[in-house]
Amino acid sequence: MHIIKLLIRNAFRHKLRTGLTILGITVAILAFGLLRTVIDAWYAGVEASSANRLVTRNAISLVFPLPLSYKEKIRQIEGVSQVSWGNWFGGIYIEEKNFFPNFAVDPRTYLEMYPEFRLPPDQMSAVLRDRKAAVAGRKLAEKYGWKIGDSVTLKGTIFPGNWEFVLKGIYTGRDKGTDETQFFFHWDYLNEGLRKAASGRSDTVGFYMIGIANPSLAAPISVAVDSTFRNSLAETLTETERAFNLSFVAMTDAIVMAIQAVSFVVIIIILAVTANTMAMTARERIGEYAVFKTLGFRTYHIAGLIFGESYVITMTGTALGILLTFPAAEAFGDAMSQYLPVFIVDRETILMDCAAGLLVGTLAAVIPTWRAVTIRIADGLRRIG
Amino acid sequence: MPPPIVSIEHVCKSYRRGSQIVPVLEDITFDIPEGEFLALMGPSGSGKSTLLNLIAGIDAVDAGTIRIGGVDITQLAETDLAQWRALHVGFIFQFYNLIPVLTAFENVELPLLLTSLSKKERQEHVSLALEVVNLSDRMDHYPSQLSGGQQQRVAIARAVVTDPSILVADEPTGDLDRKSAEDILELMERLNRESGKTIILVTHDPRAAKRARSVLHLEKGVLNAHHQAAH
Ligand SMILES: Nc1ncnc2c1ncn2[C@@H]1O[C@H](COP(=O)(O)OP(=O)(O)OP(=O)(O)O)[C@@H](O)[C@H]1O
Ligand SMILES: [Mg+2]
Repeated sequence: MHIIKLLIRNAFRHKLRTGLTILGITVAILAFGLLRTVIDAWYAGVEASSANRLVTRNAISLVFPLPLSYKEKIRQIEGVSQVSWGNWFGGIYIEEKNFFPNFAVDPRTYLEMYPEFRLPPDQMSAVLRDRKAAVAGRKLAEKYGWKIGDSVTLKGTIFPGNWEFVLKGIYTGRDKGTDETQFFFHWDYLNEGLRKAASGRSDTVGFYMIGIANPSLAAPISVAVDSTFRNSLAETLTETERAFNLSFVAMTDAIVMAIQAVSFVVIIIILAVTANTMAMTARERIGEYAVFKTLGFRTYHIAGLIFGESYVITMTGTALGILLTFPAAEAFGDAMSQYLPVFIVDRETILMDCAAGLLVGTLAAVIPTWRAVTIRIADGLRRIG
Repeated sequence: MPPPIVSIEHVCKSYRRGSQIVPVLEDITFDIPEGEFLALMGPSGSGKSTLLNLIAGIDAVDAGTIRIGGVDITQLAETDLAQWRALHVGFIFQFYNLIPVLTAFENVELPLLLTSLSKKERQEHVSLALEVVNLSDRMDHYPSQLSGGQQQRVAIARAVVTDPSILVADEPTGDLDRKSAEDILELMERLNRESGKTIILVTHDPRAAKRARSVLHLEKGVLNAHHQAAH
């Protein structure tokens, strides 16, 4: 007879009770995993940011532009290896609910600075050749069924009018964490349109991306950029891409903390459920444990039986929960792709699932074990019959 | 007369009920010779189970000594006592106390898991023990698939499988019909006669007591008489 066999038979003695407990753990682990993944997805942009990139924007606010002329001045600052620029376009595809990030950028420098956006060379040259060319991420193109050569029209919100593009490139992410839902096109094309409209908004950019070769020089280079434009009409604020991205996320810190709190509350709830199941189980078996002790089994044998049974229940639930997390995350990620473009179950989340399962299994067994091993044999035997 | 295997001297035991101390056994002294089949009788609450538990090493005396096979078990530490029980005592309970999720075979095998026997040796011992109680054909049955009498026979097989020096039985027939009770008693008698096992049997049933070689009466915690059985 194998000890595992006994543990499993013990665990499933009350099929309904154990089944419901496992169901509870499965659902809780699933919820825990999804909540952790939501938090990860929330910070995905921050995680994906490169230490080699700085962002320069108008010091007053992101909505105020900077002159295009800054480009050359920035390029001359020591430590700067590349400068790109762009505008947040904020265009709408057909309807407002079809949200995805879209930018007017200088594609050549922009793609140089974002090696994680991978574009086949032939598409790359096609994009550079055509002023109306646009590039979309793989996921985005898939979502709307776009093919290379399709024309895509965005309705401008910040820049009024219907803007027509031809899809010339579809980029794929280098890493799993790369956002594949972006859309970008020639800044020149936007600028031309603005010139024609004579809105007075031409030749300005929303932000500069600065490539630096040495990340450890990020701080002095940022200071150098900002001091270059101090006391000019548009003062700048330069920070690392990470800090820039984090400043968006930070606004919603409270929500993230709430999600985090809920994910831990879920674990506490399953702890209560499992502890209750184990307490009921051990109470019913006090007599049996007394028999084991009578036969000469020791404290650690009894503890092994109770802890083992607790682990059988919690780890079964945890395993099922983890298995379900992947398809659930995929469905959830698809549904939420416009808000959380990168929705991947992290390895760390799975490890936390396992740790939570083990912790619950351990804590749930402590008190029943203590009761079972401390009761006097004669008293335990008296409970039978 | 053979030398005593169990030697009890001045044993006292009382329980605490709230603030009250209830004396159960008062200055008990007697010997049990090796190979004895002793019936312990007495009214309910007289302390029979308590005395049996003390002899079997699953309860501790307040005072006095209990020597079994030369070992004073009142001096053993908890873990040594557990080991001693596993080696020297076979238990038979009123309610069989089989583990419901284990088959008859596995229940009998249970005490052997504490020994260093190989799987194959264990298998041989279990088969033999089940043969002795005449249940070889039921070894794959779970307790719930067995009658009370059969369950008790499995329990007896479990008690003898380690070849202990003494068997203790607390009202082993108390929950059985007459026919099954007779079978159990006959089995115990045979174990005593053929294998020379020392048996201590607590019972209310005078018919059961008749099977024993000697009878001991407990009354309010005091030994009353030491009858020699009729045969
Ligand atoms: N754990 C305990 N706590 C308090 N009192 C106890 C305890 N165990 C036994 N007693 C008391 O000790 C006395 C003797 O009990 P014991 O079980 O030894 O009697 P018994 O002779 O086996 O009775 P029965 O024939 O009914 O089984 C009883 O009065 C009982 O209430
Ligand atoms: Mg009793």
